Amino acid sequence: MSKMTAKEVLLNPIFNNNPIGLQILGICSALAVTSNLKTALVMSIALTLVTGFSNLFISMIRSQIPSSIRMIVQMVIIASLVIMVDQVLKAFAYSLSKQLSVFVGLIITNCIVMGRAEAFAMQNPPFLSFVDGIGNGLGYSVMLIALGVIRELFGAGKLMGYEILPVINDGGWYLPNGMLLLPPSAFFLIGLFIWALRSWKKDQLEKPAFKMAPQVSNKEAY
Amino acid sequence: MSNQKESTARTLVVALLVCLVCSVFVAGAAIALKPTQIENKQLDKQRSILSIAGLDGGKALSSSEIKKLYGEKITAKIVDLRTGQFSDAVDAKSYDQFKAAKDPKQSRVLTGEQDKAQIKRQENLATVYLVEESGQITTVVLPVRGYGLWSTLYGFIALKGDLNTVKGMGFYQHAETPGLGGEVDNPKWKGQWPGKTLFDADGKLSVAVVKGGVDPQSAEAVHQVDALAGATLTSNGVDSLLKFWLGEQGFGPFLAKLRAGEA
Repeated sequence: MSKMTAKEVLLNPIFNNNPIGLQILGICSALAVTSNLKTALVMSIALTLVTGFSNLFISMIRSQIPSSIRMIVQMVIIASLVIMVDQVLKAFAYSLSKQLSVFVGLIITNCIVMGRAEAFAMQNPPFLSFVDGIGNGLGYSVMLIALGVIRELFGAGKLMGYEILPVINDGGWYLPNGMLLLPPSAFFLIGLFIWALRSWKKDQLEKPAFKMAPQVSNKEAY
Repeated sequence: MSNQKESTARTLVVALLVCLVCSVFVAGAAIALKPTQIENKQLDKQRSILSIAGLDGGKALSSSEIKKLYGEKITAKIVDLRTGQFSDAVDAKSYDQFKAAKDPKQSRVLTGEQDKAQIKRQENLATVYLVEESGQITTVVLPVRGYGLWSTLYGFIALKGDLNTVKGMGFYQHAETPGLGGEVDNPKWKGQWPGKTLFDADGKLSVAVVKGGVDPQSAEAVHQVDALAGATLTSNGVDSLLKFWLGEQGFGPFLAKLRAGEA
């Protein structure tokens, strides 16, 4: 990896190297918490903070961590941060923390956090690592917020709980698409996003893992 | 350097130090935030009592509104489940019936036959919440709990002044599968409860959660509520916890006495 500026480190993960779009990490929570925008936002903030700070702390002690136990040490730091986020949410946003239920706890197992710790923070100085964590958190957030907006707006006719499209049940004109509120719809949406992203930035296209052989002609077969 | 870094002693020291520092932070956060969390929990409980008793008008209230409304409307009282009468043995404000249920002195063991709600121990004294208007009881909110599929469901059932018609039912704490058993929180499902009656004409407890849909033609329909799709065990849990808490082992005697004016 050549020298990168802080700005590149911060902005690259948003579109060029999006953790969900290109690395295909963190899908589970992206399906689970995006049925409305509010939980998606809180989850985004929580994950961005955890990724940023875990990268910072891990990078600070990276030269001290014996490589034989580096994964465990990373996990301990990430887990402590997640517990603290969970406690803060319980204290200051109780109803939200009830809605997010297990998913805040599951940030611990979110591949993005672990992936950035292992891939970036172990080799880079603290400040740059912190920025990288925040950047990747933002990349995740962009995807989550986009999903949250689409799913809540067209699934329930609302945004952040406020009515935007009056639904038929309440005397309006909009027939909500109930499937958008179910987890599978997020799969389809993520798929469409990845398609759009790769049509826009062609370099994200993956090379086929193997080439199909041209049709074997009769003559060659014998 | 690299050799020294990988030595066993050093590995142990680093592991120990990381654990120590992290545990200090985690413990610190947990202790510092505990009072706020407890207050939130209480507020959440009060909110759910108000909403189940139909006092919040279906709106989301702010925390100060909840405190005010709760203080104005709701009276907490202690009921002795053994006799079915009000009791002054403990202070209703500070009494915690879930703590009491774990204390052998303040609770009893339920035998397998009795323990329909699968709660193992039942407290002797329970807190009920009354709404009174000019001396008349208009709503009684009873705490209910029982085991579903994964967790104990904690909730309330609110009865009208006739102590038979349901005003509302809901759970404020559970850990059932989101989307399946978790649908006990669905407003549509909870909307089935108001208007149902607990007891039939002979005074037999008939309330039930039934699978396959309630037949509106049936005479029993007024006691019955549809089970949740894809959540048989949670539905069964709700059914048996209601039968337990409203029956002879639970608030049955209290309701009978209150109706007769002897509580």
